[in-house]
Amino acid sequence: MTVESKRRTMNINMGPQHPATHGVLRVELELDGETVVKATPHIGYLHTGIEKTAESKLYYKAIPVTDRMDYLAPMSNNLGYCLAVEKLMGIEVPEKVIYARVLLTELTRVMSHLVWVGTHALDIGAMSMLLYAFRERELIIDLYEACAGQRMMTTYFRIGGLAYDLPKDFDEKVNKILKRVPEGLKDYERLLNDNKIFRKRTIGVGVISAEDAINCGVTGPILRGSGVNYDVRKATPYCGYEKFDFEVPLGKNGDTYDRYLVRMEEMKQSMRIAKQALDGMPEGPYRAHVPGVVLPPKEDVLSKMESLIFHFKIITEGFKPPVGAVYQAIESPKGELGFYISSDGTNKPHRMRVRPPSFVNLSALPKLVEGNLVADVIACIGSIDIVLGEVDR
Amino acid sequence: MKEKLREFIESNFKEAVIREDNFRDQQSFYIKREYLYEICEALLNNSDLDFRFLSEITSLDWLGHEEEKAGRFEVIYILFSLKHKYRFLIKVRLPGDNPVIDSLTPLWQTANWLEREVYDLMGIEFTGHPNLTKILTPDDLEGFPLRKDYPLTYEVPQFSYNKEEPPEVIL
Amino acid sequence: MGLEEKIPDSIILTTLDKMVNWSRKRSMWPFGFGLACCAIEMMSTFAPKYDLARFGMEIMRPSPRQADLMIVAGRVSKKMAPIVKRLYEQMPNPKWVISMGACASCGGVFNNYAILQGVDKIIPVDIYVPGCPPRPEQLMDGILKLYEKIEKDSLRKKPDGKS
Repeated sequence: MTVESKRRTMNINMGPQHPATHGVLRVELELDGETVVKATPHIGYLHTGIEKTAESKLYYKAIPVTDRMDYLAPMSNNLGYCLAVEKLMGIEVPEKVIYARVLLTELTRVMSHLVWVGTHALDIGAMSMLLYAFRERELIIDLYEACAGQRMMTTYFRIGGLAYDLPKDFDEKVNKILKRVPEGLKDYERLLNDNKIFRKRTIGVGVISAEDAINCGVTGPILRGSGVNYDVRKATPYCGYEKFDFEVPLGKNGDTYDRYLVRMEEMKQSMRIAKQALDGMPEGPYRAHVPGVVLPPKEDVLSKMESLIFHFKIITEGFKPPVGAVYQAIESPKGELGFYISSDGTNKPHRMRVRPPSFVNLSALPKLVEGNLVADVIACIGSIDIVLGEVDR
Repeated sequence: MKEKLREFIESNFKEAVIREDNFRDQQSFYIKREYLYEICEALLNNSDLDFRFLSEITSLDWLGHEEEKAGRFEVIYILFSLKHKYRFLIKVRLPGDNPVIDSLTPLWQTANWLEREVYDLMGIEFTGHPNLTKILTPDDLEGFPLRKDYPLTYEVPQFSYNKEEPPEVIL
Repeated sequence: MGLEEKIPDSIILTTLDKMVNWSRKRSMWPFGFGLACCAIEMMSTFAPKYDLARFGMEIMRPSPRQADLMIVAGRVSKKMAPIVKRLYEQMPNPKWVISMGACASCGGVFNNYAILQGVDKIIPVDIYVPGCPPRPEQLMDGILKLYEKIEKDSLRKKPDGKS
């Protein structure tokens, strides 16, 4: 009898309540000693039926449910949905809306990555990062609140424009963010980049090659961490991204540390885009003028009879797009977020399908963790940056 | 790119294509279900077109709509070419009584979870899938929630006047 | 008057109830358990700007066996419901539950096949915090209301604390 044949593997269940799974993910691990032989993620513990719910609502009223998918980046979800419906209806939005949307979604990316860097560093032992990251995040939340009146679930982007005009102190608040967050980023880099423990726990951990990454369909920082240059903002520009000057950071090794570097650099690029958008912000209306489809501005509703009638009709009956289906992809902080909206000619979506980046990225988890140590599973889950609300929908 | 792709598909799989659709400048091909695997394999292995990226698999239910005549279910595949930065859709219609289609898992690993999700929520079976089981819904949930004949299940909220009775569920 | 005048200054007379309730409410150990969007606001509440440590609850326990306050932060799906119930049962007595947000309290915007319409269908809830998601101030207010409730508690009640 050899030593080999005596080896037994052990099954360990991780989650759905586990502090490092970022929600209600359950992973079944098969261990040989401390090495992971097989990992099987089980999902669905937050299945909300968002796609089904959206089918029962008018096009307008489906925007709030999109907020609650990727709750770390609500504005990105709003943007994807609104762009898809606008594509379906053939609506062109005013220049100011484009700039405001770009600015706010880029700050959303920063916000999402801040939560990521906080929780990811917390998982692998750097507790204080969480506190610092949340400190900076509050600045962006303040801006959200000034714009939309809500801290997280903003529903600020509407079909054909914005919910309200930008607030008066918008520039001031954005400038504050653009000043304070880069300072914070420098601090984080000083804390983490050359931190021995952080490097030991991330370099060479959870490696995925470019070939595998493409075959697994992963997008976002994970794909770019492996060196594949695919960013929806550059590949198929939407919402006027071709007007902005930014770079797509790429990693080399495809390990957890490279993904960390990619995200940190992405935050800096986002700040760059936000700066350009703020400088170039034109004056103008905050909603497109498409009677019967886009809500007229509130001031007009209160003073003009015709606007009031349109407002009433849109709110009660909605609008009817032509029969057909569109797919609109955007680059959310997690990757390619796509909305597939099919219309059957009625005033409700026939089908609203979300292509969830976290869901597809999570399906590559076994590839990342198998062969690694059990403690690295946490680092890998953290580096994928999953949001269970989006995975399960 | 549009013409190049059209030429490739029409020259190699002339009998497979039912029609081409260009709604809102978005190319999509309706194809017969027997040819799906072949077409995808050809597209994946063609280094010139370079459709190595399967970004999405989803499905529709046309129950009660005039489109139902062509087949109740529709499965949609979205392919992306990293080289040409070009995205297009493949759509396959399936009959309501026998919604079965070939699995693309041997070609793309992405297909694994996406097909499981379609199976779980829409009840379309993929032959050749290694592990076609429920993924999102609880094990005891019967039926396929995204089908049009599955009710949204609205539960009447309980207030002080009806808190004594069990909640009414509208299917 | 009477006995109280005779005792030294370092001794305070009170009832056992008050003493126990005071210590319980000032060392509450919440259970670090997030479900959905509200969990992020819960984290914000623990983060520097709002700093829940001011109320004696900075330590989130990752295990239910060490916790006495469960904050159900987010929507409870029907797949998750049995697990939430089990986690609640694993917590030692006395234990309290805050249902944070509209989804946990009544299903919120998701009235459909997948979501449990209120976590109070499976576990007893002490405080409901409205909002979608509630602001950190709202959660804090809910926690302070829970303190008031604990103050009124009595040891003479049944041991499960929920008489």
